Amino acid sequence: MFDLDKWQEIFITISKNKLRTFLTVFGIGWGIFMIIILLGAGKGLQNGVERDFSAWATNSGFFWSERTTISYAGFRPGRNVTFTNEDTEILRKKINGLSYLAPRNRLRGAGNNVIYNNKTGSFSVYGDFPGYSKIQLVDIAAGRFINDKDISDERKVAVIGRNIKDVLFEDEDPTGKYIKVNGINFLVVGLFDSRRTGEQADRDTQTIYLPFTTFQKAFNYGNRVGWYAYSVKPGYKVSEVEEAIIANLIKRHSIHPLDLDAIGSNNLEEEFAEISGLFTGINVFTWFVGISTLLAGVIGVSNIMLIIVKERTKEIGIRKALGATPGSIISLIIQESIFLTAIGGYVALVIGVAIIEFLAGVVPDDGFMGPPEVDIKVAAGALGLLIVGGALAGILPAKKAASVSPIEAIRVE
Amino acid sequence: MIKLEGIQKSYGLGKQKLHVLKGLDITIDKGEFVSIMGSSGSGKSTLLNILGILDKYDDGNYFLADTLIKNLSEKKAAYYRNRFLGFVFQSFNLLAFKNATENVALPLYYQKVSRRKRNDIALEYLDMVGLKDWATHMPSELSGGQKQRVAIARALISDPKVILADEPTGALDTKTSYDVMEIFKRVNDAGKTIVVVTHEHDIAAMTKRNIVLKDGFVVDEIMKSSELEVGSIES
Ligand SMILES: Nc1ncnc2c1ncn2[C@@H]1O[C@H](COP(=O)(O)OP(=O)(O)OP(=O)(O)O)[C@@H](O)[C@H]1O
Ligand SMILES: [Mg+2]
Repeated sequence: MFDLDKWQEIFITISKNKLRTFLTVFGIGWGIFMIIILLGAGKGLQNGVERDFSAWATNSGFFWSERTTISYAGFRPGRNVTFTNEDTEILRKKINGLSYLAPRNRLRGAGNNVIYNNKTGSFSVYGDFPGYSKIQLVDIAAGRFINDKDISDERKVAVIGRNIKDVLFEDEDPTGKYIKVNGINFLVVGLFDSRRTGEQADRDTQTIYLPFTTFQKAFNYGNRVGWYAYSVKPGYKVSEVEEAIIANLIKRHSIHPLDLDAIGSNNLEEEFAEISGLFTGINVFTWFVGISTLLAGVIGVSNIMLIIVKERTKEIGIRKALGATPGSIISLIIQESIFLTAIGGYVALVIGVAIIEFLAGVVPDDGFMGPPEVDIKVAAGALGLLIVGGALAGILPAKKAASVSPIEAIRVE
Repeated sequence: MIKLEGIQKSYGLGKQKLHVLKGLDITIDKGEFVSIMGSSGSGKSTLLNILGILDKYDDGNYFLADTLIKNLSEKKAAYYRNRFLGFVFQSFNLLAFKNATENVALPLYYQKVSRRKRNDIALEYLDMVGLKDWATHMPSELSGGQKQRVAIARALISDPKVILADEPTGALDTKTSYDVMEIFKRVNDAGKTIVVVTHEHDIAAMTKRNIVLKDGFVVDEIMKSSELEVGSIES
């Protein structure tokens, strides 16, 4: 339906009123620009948080023991609750919905605890089950993670983080080499990278994983368990499983049923849901601001079109006297309106996307903000919205134009 | 070609009501060259607007080429204006941003004639009014007489049944006025029906029939011999 005459006329009116056209187009463009920038920034924030969460299975949680605060079953308050291997066995058997239950221990004591050749370093050392790698997610760069055989045979093997390799091994391949942890030799069987970036990644990879059983024996932990990490099966809610676990522990450790402080816990699913909710809120806000701005722009275009129609009253009257139908006048005005909005929107879209792309290139990916991003679908949606907005903005002026009386218009003043 | 039966028209309402046309019966045959005269405010333009389907009338019947023009939809009115009528106005009413050819071609645009074809036809009509060399000039580059000739070419291009002109020479000097009237005369000689509103006697004298309005009625009709030469009646 390309009609050269119509477009010629549209271009002529537009070019005759450059400032007015610019302001109109700018009004619309500003709305789209706002939407793109706000959505892009919001997405960047979301990317940042999701990146932070990327190191964790979100269907997971932790629980740990604390001191009792209420006397119960002959025990005085202030008693230390201690978890043991027995808890692990019973929980694994009794709790429905548990996918992995990973008891953990951490080597106490500060100072340089790890040695390779003549190099030493101070690192976090954990005793872990293979399942832990399904809860805190790491990328194995060489070798493997702890496996079931390591656990059952109590092998003296270690999986080390990238940062440890950099400090102790430099350019050497660490797998197959022995390191000393608190004086005991462990064979390095795996090297891992963090899924996060920057400082967070450095912290994540200053870590050594040892088989849980080996750890207990080697460092005289007996059957003690420091704390637990767990994940739940699909279809289960972490909070439900958490409740079941704590109820079980409270009973078996003679803790007062109301002593909520005796066992600490932390639920990543809830945290994640809260943050996701926050982002939904930010998105809603963005669209609200954007659409309000757009609406203002559309009203602006509508006003401009009304002025244009008023200015062109005489011309429209002449056209009608020469046989222009109301339909042809209406489509002329509406097309012009759509054209103005579409141009403004498109230019703003291009500029907005360019800015977002530029920022995505320069924003470092380790702050709380991730790289901003524009969803193509959102951009297309915004453009579609504009076309509709342009048409709406044109309706009133077009009707006014169609109702111009040719006699009024051509009357000699 | 044109038949008016008891046409009435008033403006305004209540006390403000102004009865302009109080029952006109006029018949204009095909090929006539008619002038309408009358003092200012006598309703000449009102009548011409009704003839041109630019305005509605209150009472009576108006037949144009045997078609009753009454209660038309906007779309129908546009169609008849486009196919049956050609307008020439005192103030030319050319579109300032279109050149002479494009202005002349405009009625054909509303007949969906292709751009090239209608510009070719427009050029023929410009040639007919002696403005072939001015085809690409903008209205602002044309004299009043030239503008009016462009307007006449525009009125003719759709080969309408009737040409309606409201004071076509009102903004022109005597010499140019006569040139314009000469063109009308030629067009009329070719068989076209023309109705001209004027308050200048010499202009009216160049037409073949004269209708005078007064107080909403036709008060006088003068039929002249068609042999009357332009210029011989200068007073
Ligand atoms: N739209 C209108 N509303 C109200 N009154 C009008 C309107 N158009 C014309 N009139 C009045 O109707 C009367 C006839 O006007 P019209 O324009 O037909 O006169 P005319 O004969 O063409 O006069 P002129 O020679 O000055 O052009 C005048 O009194 C005028 O004021
Ligand atoms: Mg008049």
